[in-house]
This record gives sequence, C-alpha cells and structure tokens, in this order.
Amino acid sequence: MPTFYEAIVDRLGPRCLRTWDSHGMLVLDIDASQLLVVVEALKADFGCALFLDVTAVDYPARQPRFDVVYHFLAPAQMQRVRLKLQVDEHAAEVPTLTGLFGSARYMEREVHDMYGIRFAGNADLRPILLYEGFEGHPLRKDYAMEHEQPIVPYRT
Amino acid sequence: MQYRPPVSSPLAQPLDPSHVVVNIGPSHPATHGTIQIVAEIDGESVVRADVHCGYLHRGFEKEAEHHTYHNIIPYTDRLNYCSAMNNNFAYAAAVETALGIEITPRCKWLRTLLAEYNRIADHCTCVAASAMEMGGMTAFLYLMTVRDYIFEHMNHLSGARLTYSYVRIGGLARDLPDGWLTRLEEILQFTENYLERVHGMLDRNRIFIGRTRDVAAMTPEHALHWGYTGPILRSTGLRVDLRKDNPYLAYPDLDFEVPVGIKGDNYDRYYVRMREIDESIHMVRQCMAQLPEGPINVDDPRIVLPEKELVYTRIESLIHHFKLVMDGVQVPAGEVYSAHEGPNGELGFYLVSDGTGRPYKLHVRSPSFVHMGGMHTLLEGHQVSDIVPTFGSMNMVGGECDR
Repeated sequence: MPTFYEAIVDRLGPRCLRTWDSHGMLVLDIDASQLLVVVEALKADFGCALFLDVTAVDYPARQPRFDVVYHFLAPAQMQRVRLKLQVDEHAAEVPTLTGLFGSARYMEREVHDMYGIRFAGNADLRPILLYEGFEGHPLRKDYAMEHEQPIVPYRT
Repeated sequence: MQYRPPVSSPLAQPLDPSHVVVNIGPSHPATHGTIQIVAEIDGESVVRADVHCGYLHRGFEKEAEHHTYHNIIPYTDRLNYCSAMNNNFAYAAAVETALGIEITPRCKWLRTLLAEYNRIADHCTCVAASAMEMGGMTAFLYLMTVRDYIFEHMNHLSGARLTYSYVRIGGLARDLPDGWLTRLEEILQFTENYLERVHGMLDRNRIFIGRTRDVAAMTPEHALHWGYTGPILRSTGLRVDLRKDNPYLAYPDLDFEVPVGIKGDNYDRYYVRMREIDESIHMVRQCMAQLPEGPINVDDPRIVLPEKELVYTRIESLIHHFKLVMDGVQVPAGEVYSAHEGPNGELGFYLVSDGTGRPYKLHVRSPSFVHMGGMHTLLEGHQVSDIVPTFGSMNMVGGECDR
C-alpha cells in the first residue's frame, strides 16, 4: 500500500516538473498549463477538499519572475500538499481555481492586489486589501517600503 | 469633497428596482472590527451581500521582509490581538522548523499551556460579543470579566495585556513569575463558575435559540468549499483539529476531546466554542500538573540572546548579542509552511528564507480572511437582523483578516 504522498507522486509525477519534500510536506513543481488538471485530480482522487492558501514570491532578477504557491489540505488524511508554478511578469496570468473552490475567490484577489498576477477566469479581481486607484503592487520587491500614496491628502 | 467608496461594489445596481442597497460598516458598533457589508435587501431579507475587508491593512508581510526574525514577533501579536500567544507560537514554530531546532520540554509544555489559556480568552471574546449584539448584556459582562482576569494574569507574565511578544525564537522571553500557577488555578475555577452561568442564561433561552438556531447553517461540503477551518468547520460536524490530527507542541501527550456540532448554524458555533473552552481548561490543568522543570531556551548562542549580565562581562556574549541584534538569527535558505490550530482556525505561516537574518517572504494564512470570503453565502437568504449574529459567530478579527 503506497503512502498518501507516494500515491500522488505515482499518479501525478509525470505531469510535474519536479516533486520534492519540504520539511515533511510534498511539493509539486508544475507548469501553469497543468494547474487545473493537477488540482482537479488532487481534489477528486486524493481528498484535497480544502484549498488553504495561495500566495506568490517575487524574484526580480529571475526569469520568469514570480513563483505562485498553493497549499491544499486533505482533511481525512490530514496531509498537506504544496503546488508551485512560475509565471512571468509580462504574461502574468494563471488559471483561476474559483471553479473548484469558492475560497479561491478572495485569496486570488489578494495575490492580484499584492503582486499583479492575473487569474484568468476570476471575474472579480477588484482590490481587496488595497483601494481602487492604488498604483503598483506593494509586495513586489521593487515597491519601496517608504513609498506612500495616501488616499486622503495629509493635513499640514 | 465628494465621497467615493475605496472599492466599488457590483451591488450599486440592484437586481430589482424595489430592492434597497444598505451599507453596514466599516465603522459600525455591530461589526466590532473594520469590515464593510454591502447588502441588497428585498423587504427584510438579504438578496445579495458583498463583504469588503482591507480597512485595517497595515502591510504586515511587507514589514516582515524588512525586519529580523526577532523583530517580527511584536507584529505577529497584532494579527489576532485577542489571542496573541497563539500567533506568537505559530510564527516561532515556522522559524524553528526552518532552523531545524527542537525546543526544550519545559518550553513545549509552557507554550501549550499558554496557547490553550489564550484560546479561552479568545473564545470568551467571541461568545461575549455575539451575545451582547443579541441583547445578552449579562452574558457579555460575565465573559468579559473572565477575559479581563485572564488579561491581567497575562500582564503579570509578560507585561502586556493583549500584545504579549512573549515568545523568542527557540524559547520564551522569561520563565513564569512566582505564584503564577496558583493564581491560574483560581482563575480557572472562576471561569468555570461563570461559564456555567452563561450556559444557564443562553443554552435554552428562547430568544437566543430563535436568533441562532438554523440561521446561517451550512453543510460540511459547503464549509470545505469556502475554506472554513477551526470551530466553524467543526460546527458542521467534521472532526478536523490540528491539535489532534497533526499534533504539535505537547498535544500528543494531552487528553482532550474535539467537540463538533450538527448543523453548522450560529447556535452550533456558539456551543462548539463553549465546549472548546471546557476542553482548554482541562488541557491547561494537565499542563500545570505535568509541567517539567528545566531551561526554557535552547542552548544555542546563534539563536538565543545571552543573559544581559554576560553581555557586559564576557566578550563572546557581547559578540553574540551584537550579531543577533544587528544581523538577526541566520535561517538556512529554504521554505517552510507551518500551521497551528488558532482559535479561529488554521493559522499558517509560509516562510521563504534566503539564508540571511530577514525573511525573503513571510505569508500568513489567516483564518479570518478566508472566512470572510465565504460569508456572503451565509448572509444571503436570511434576514437583515441575522447579519449581526452571523457575523459575530464568525469571530472576524480585523487585524488578522487584513494583516
């Protein structure tokens, strides 16, 4: 009987660029085009019913620039899986997971806010932690920490 | 100056001309937290709702990239400020996993004790606020009294009532003061007494049941789909608890139950929280009885700050102190996701290190934020007056939601 992680690697390994272990958690490096297929399989066949988190990591000097990182939880086995894919700054577009998980709606909006990564198919990418008219993406490394853009002018 | 909302809402155009769009918050007494709910109502029932958060966004993740690992601890306090200990410990666990260190037994048991103790305060706050919004002023005052005793007691321990900053990477700020555990037992007994009174006032109260039973109910599938975790997920009947299933700290050695609900409605969320307080009290007592003696910090000068006296008398300690303060703890390059069972649900920290003393990226998986993403599904179809109890039972904490 293969373990939970072995079963995933057996089944989805060919679709991944690399599979590795990060402090006891299975990580699948994939290409953006494989995202929906892999997540559908994780949800349907491996019980990953809880979409925990999506975030991005910015490497300005690297091509492609961003890592998009997903975390899933299989509640019955209490095992987590991490998916990572790389996306370029100019064609920064990743398929949305809102068709599979409602929770993707808010979390993808946050990543769009903070990194400017577009989630193709997510109809609601309004700002969520920021406001309309905010220029730039604050969690990108080239957004200076001291940079201010107050929505209401400072009183002098 | 003309008013313009920070984020436009699709509800500005109602589906039907007879519908009315009302705005609740972001600064409203019943939202107890800066959140805005735009609701399209037909008579008294909510047709569509749009929940806006972000009014308390302070750029935690951006700040974290510019601070050393120790300097981030006070920022983590300000995520869920009702249970700062749980945030502290979840953050420290992520950094310690990345460092590959094992904390001392006493530290492990003390962290467990304090996490459960703080969970009592957090659940009391949530139940108190929800009861007060439904007119249960006495229940509110009783639970707030309990909470205040706990905060005063934590103040004795850490010097702050809410924002403790009590954790250190690889240990804790200091050991328990004299007599702290004796006072803890007094407060636990006091809490039990008051909880009994709250049970007596609310459990079979017709008004309370009328406003909470079958309001905003959800199935386990719905809860998973919308990413609910913690007491909200358990109130639907799913027994998912990280303390049981992915045991960390001293939880494998503790005896406790995981209370679950039946329907996932507001009443179940109230009851699950009340039962969790019972379990937390039980766990705190076990921790008190089994608390081992010994050091609270790991014995590694590259991680733990030296004793102040040694800094002034020994050159090695002075150097360690200087390096730790100026450069920070050197965390090996890599990435780690570590999650604890926070009072609201899965509180995860995703840390990417590039091998320096500051995180390259620190992301918080905050339960409140994800919970708000699915809240409109619980409001739609219910009455306007149900918005407030439903919102209260979610226990959204602005600091955690908006970071």
